[in-house]
Amino acid sequence: MTTVAPPPAPPRAAAAPPIVEERPPRPAETGVWIAIGAISMTFAALTSAMVVRGSAAPDWRHFRLPPILYFNTVVLLASSAVLEAGRRRIAAHLVRATLGLGLLFVVGQVVAWRQLAAQGLFLATSPSSAFFYVLTVLHALHVVGGLGGLTYVLRRLSTGGPAPATALGAATLYWHFMDGLWLYLLVLLALRV
Amino acid sequence: MSHASPNPRGYERVTAGKISEIKHHPPHTFLRKHVFSLDHKVIGKQYLDLALVAVCTGMLLSWLMRVHLAWPETSIPGLEKLSPNGAAGGVITPEYYLSLMTMHGTIMVFFVLTTAPFAGFGNYFLPIQVGAEDMAFPRINMTSFWVTLVAFLVLVAAFFVGDGPPLSGWTAYAPLSAVGKDAGPGQGVGQTLWAVSITLFCVAQLLGALNFITTTLDLRTKGMSLARMPYSTWAWFITSVIGLIAFAVLMPACILLILDRVAGTSFFIPAGLVISDRLQPHAGGSPLLWQHLFWFFGHPEVYIAILPGFGIISHILPVFARKPLLGPRVLIACLVAIAFLSYTVWGHHMFLSGMNPFSATLFSVPTLVITIPATIVTLLWIGTIYGAKLRFTTPALFCLGFVSVFVSGGISGFFLAQPSIDTYLHGTYFVVGHFHFVMGVAAMFGIFAATYFWAPKMFGRMMSETLGKWHFWLTFIGVYCVFMPMHYLGLAGNVRRYSAFTDDYLKPMIPLHRFITIAALFTGAAQLIFLFNLIRSRFRGPKAPDNPWEATSLEWSTTSPPPFDNFGGRPPLVERGPNEYGIGSGARGVDYLMQAAAAAPVSTR
Repeated sequence: MTTVAPPPAPPRAAAAPPIVEERPPRPAETGVWIAIGAISMTFAALTSAMVVRGSAAPDWRHFRLPPILYFNTVVLLASSAVLEAGRRRIAAHLVRATLGLGLLFVVGQVVAWRQLAAQGLFLATSPSSAFFYVLTVLHALHVVGGLGGLTYVLRRLSTGGPAPATALGAATLYWHFMDGLWLYLLVLLALRV
Repeated sequence: MSHASPNPRGYERVTAGKISEIKHHPPHTFLRKHVFSLDHKVIGKQYLDLALVAVCTGMLLSWLMRVHLAWPETSIPGLEKLSPNGAAGGVITPEYYLSLMTMHGTIMVFFVLTTAPFAGFGNYFLPIQVGAEDMAFPRINMTSFWVTLVAFLVLVAAFFVGDGPPLSGWTAYAPLSAVGKDAGPGQGVGQTLWAVSITLFCVAQLLGALNFITTTLDLRTKGMSLARMPYSTWAWFITSVIGLIAFAVLMPACILLILDRVAGTSFFIPAGLVISDRLQPHAGGSPLLWQHLFWFFGHPEVYIAILPGFGIISHILPVFARKPLLGPRVLIACLVAIAFLSYTVWGHHMFLSGMNPFSATLFSVPTLVITIPATIVTLLWIGTIYGAKLRFTTPALFCLGFVSVFVSGGISGFFLAQPSIDTYLHGTYFVVGHFHFVMGVAAMFGIFAATYFWAPKMFGRMMSETLGKWHFWLTFIGVYCVFMPMHYLGLAGNVRRYSAFTDDYLKPMIPLHRFITIAALFTGAAQLIFLFNLIRSRFRGPKAPDNPWEATSLEWSTTSPPPFDNFGGRPPLVERGPNEYGIGSGARGVDYLMQAAAAAPVSTR
């Protein structure tokens, strides 16, 4: 075993293809895209489970979605619009507003769960309520994760931390996805539950 | 956020787009250096250490099972202390046998075959091989390891609480896994711990995959195009894509399982189910749904275990063959094809599940198709060796061993892919022999090859070649003695998952089982050579040069072990792919070209 000095540059190396200049990589954003892929897969799995379970036995109990869900939808959509404006201007107060709206959405979801419980619809009552709780709670947890991300971005914005725009961009992307995912869930639940 | 101009020495600081938290400084406290470290190299070693503990645990469990199979009446000293009910007087009960089997499978598949070749070596070497300072998200990376560790502890805790570990197998088939206590010892707390552990494991691996993919896509150094990435990096990258999708499905499945167990839902438990003379208070669930969700993860998981091995072998073989790997682009195309097809074959685990027999045909076809890229990859390795003046080092031997066991185990897969043949073989030792060869032993050989190959880089010390060769030959002969006879047992109709073969028609098999048990004890003992070699060389081995194997990829352009930021603050400039071996009679007798530009980076140590 000998140490070999790195070989001298051979003539072939001259023919190396020129390095193509790409867009500067933004790992945070790439990471969010990948997370979006994984989260989509999780909800796709639950969707298929819901379809299979629905046809497995005749015990599916349909119920009306709590109307507050539609209010929550508006809140979440508004938060996304505010955050988009905040991203374009890199404005901390708009991010704070998003944080408030996001919290309001989560509180609204909790109200929806309590309303269902008041109607006697619990997790184990029927497969329909089970899937309702699983899907909405899992989504809400992801929203809470987004709130954590926004808090982190805010800290960076306020302390003049590095590259706040990149972090804000990534957080915004994630937040928009939470929107889209919620719209999908709302349609799914409205149609099947 | 801009490219700094290249400095005259051919290196440049790649700062483009890197958020500055990546540029962490070397830690100073012991805790930050060795415990809660953000350094991908430390995290990689932590994963490997965890896998080492896990593999020893898993192997001990297999020993217990094997001894019991060969001598069912034998009392195993000390076992009664671990489980007073499961092994009263040291003799394993049928239930406890299933518990051991479940824990063996779960520990090996999740905490060894996923943790070591993918999370462990991938963590350590993927960033270095693409020329990055660290993973894209070091904090997420650290979280990923610690969650994995907690998952492991939660799983092992099942031995010590309630009435022991679950007995529903590593696949945790519902409704057995879903109904709780009534289903048998270990199906209470034990099974819940299992489900929680696997949920945590999924989260950890999702975070890991996120890091691997982002690092590969965004943190490659100047000149490291995708086409120039080493094959091991390609394999880890593709594996993380598979993992991202697979674990994202198993996680919600485990959540539903937990809810069935603790919250009274009925996702997987059918109506009117009577277990242990008790009508289960659930209705309408679909046990088949669990199998679909599980195997949608489970089959890709097989490739999560073996693809890193593919990459490692493809990376190492050319080094010792001193020849470029045959058909590198074909290799990558095959890996991608396997990754894609791995999502279309899960039903071949369920031929006997009661699903529509027509679906069996549907799943059989892609199962046969996936053997094509796997075969091509094998032929590429053999073609690479053909005509080569092979350097028979220990890592090279383990590469050859990998090809051997992968072929041996793979061929039995052809038979199992046929629903009609599988109907007979599915419940027998044929399947046990098949998957232990093709997934277990092959992946282990990949891990061994990687360990012997990269230990000099990781620890700065060479491992003993003599001990390594002893380890290889004993292991190689040993695993064939253990797993080859299982195929014959299966053909003879020897059912699996039985704790003893005392029925009339099974009695004649016992001598062969004794042979297997002795071989398993022998092969396991041979691993002590490896352990000794690993630990001794870590402290006492001869100092390793920077590039002991005369290899080309970036990890060999830096010091052994690499400095904190991998390249001493000067990321390498990559000029060519990793496949430049056997370059005529190069100057100074050098027959290969490093991927990085001329000068080696300066060590900052």
